Amino acid sequence: MHPTPSQTVGPFYGYALPFPGGGEIAPAGHPDAITVHGHVYDGAGAPIPDALLEFWQPGDGRAGRPGSLRRDPATGGFAGRDGVTFTGFGRIATDADGHWAIRTLPPSGAPYLSVCVFARGLLHHLFTRAYLDPDATDPLLAGLAPERRATLRTDREGPRTHRFDIRLQGPEETVFLDFR
Amino acid sequence: MTLPTQHDISQEIAQLVATDTATSGTAHHPDRGYAPYRSSLLRHPRQPLVAVGDPDAAELRGPVFGTTDVTELDADLTRGHTGEPLGERITVTGRVLDRGGRPVCGQLVEVWQANASGRYAHQRDQHPAPLDPHFTGAGRCLTDDQGRYAFTTIKPGAYPWRNHHNAWRPAHIHFSLFGTAFTQRLVTQMYFPGDPLFPYDPILQSVTSSAARACLVATYDHDLTVPEWSLGYRWDIVLDGPTATWTEEDH
Ligand SMILES: [Fe+2]
Repeated sequence: MHPTPSQTVGPFYGYALPFPGGGEIAPAGHPDAITVHGHVYDGAGAPIPDALLEFWQPGDGRAGRPGSLRRDPATGGFAGRDGVTFTGFGRIATDADGHWAIRTLPPSGAPYLSVCVFARGLLHHLFTRAYLDPDATDPLLAGLAPERRATLRTDREGPRTHRFDIRLQGPEETVFLDFR
Repeated sequence: MTLPTQHDISQEIAQLVATDTATSGTAHHPDRGYAPYRSSLLRHPRQPLVAVGDPDAAELRGPVFGTTDVTELDADLTRGHTGEPLGERITVTGRVLDRGGRPVCGQLVEVWQANASGRYAHQRDQHPAPLDPHFTGAGRCLTDDQGRYAFTTIKPGAYPWRNHHNAWRPAHIHFSLFGTAFTQRLVTQMYFPGDPLFPYDPILQSVTSSAARACLVATYDHDLTVPEWSLGYRWDIVLDGPTATWTEEDH
């Protein structure tokens, strides 16, 4: 069957897609939680204030769990995550300065966080990966020139803090992925 | 900076359609660098995408949603306020399928849209059309065991934007969809049949194949129209991308 074409997320998703605790993927207070953060930049090096990022990392059994955007049946609002379940899914919009941050658990199984990028101006989302383990290697990384490979690796800023900037265009353009 | 005119943009659109028909004509998704949509210019990669062939890729599975993530009222955008919104009440329903034609069941569908006057309940929307205190314009639901989704809402209005002089978006509802794999993720827009703004809109025309563009337009379905209540539209959605269980033979 012919796939339904993609269209841009546009500028006005802000009251519909982001949800409270969207970037708090690790259960609250989990001792292994790490912070991953960065900016999203355009081809002129300007930060993008209207990008939306989604993160996916499989949990136990390589499966996700419901409960990322739990609803409160009494108020109709968001109840937040339950503080126990690791759903594997996160969603965060960039700030006015193009910055985002999430708290999650170190990936298990695969050495990367899967990232999906949406933005006004982007007609079709982009997939990339944030590899947190500096020694990680796999066929994807092995097939890339060193300077391109570097765009998929996080910078370790502290024992539990990683930086991952995403550049949609330009000399340090992030490697984006195709799944056929 | 002077904005390009609609004539300029329409000429660019026409040139890119011609290129498409002359080459393959089978491009279903838009090219990320589509110049008539000016915001795409600095926001698309110039390097080719890198193919991932790993059968164990995490992206071949994906996020899961369940009954805790939605309430029944979330699928009715006309509720949740102290009164009824202004506008033409509509129901929009259809099925979510994978590219093998199988229903995508129990997955999250999210929608957002402008109100009947073409105004979003968003701080940055400067269109001087009235806000409606009884309409926010966001909803969500899970697909059922046949892959069906359904929303009750009001028909959104067309609205102006600053891509070029006198640029207007045809009426549309934004859709966000999940499949069983992260690779099937889709964000798109549903349009209404017969809208005279279609040829002028670089976002719709970024899908340069007319057959593919037709996939973005809902069908008016009188059987879905509810007497004395709402007009019915049908729109089916086919998700692209491989999954852990998808094989070429299923195609
Ligand atoms: Fe819109």
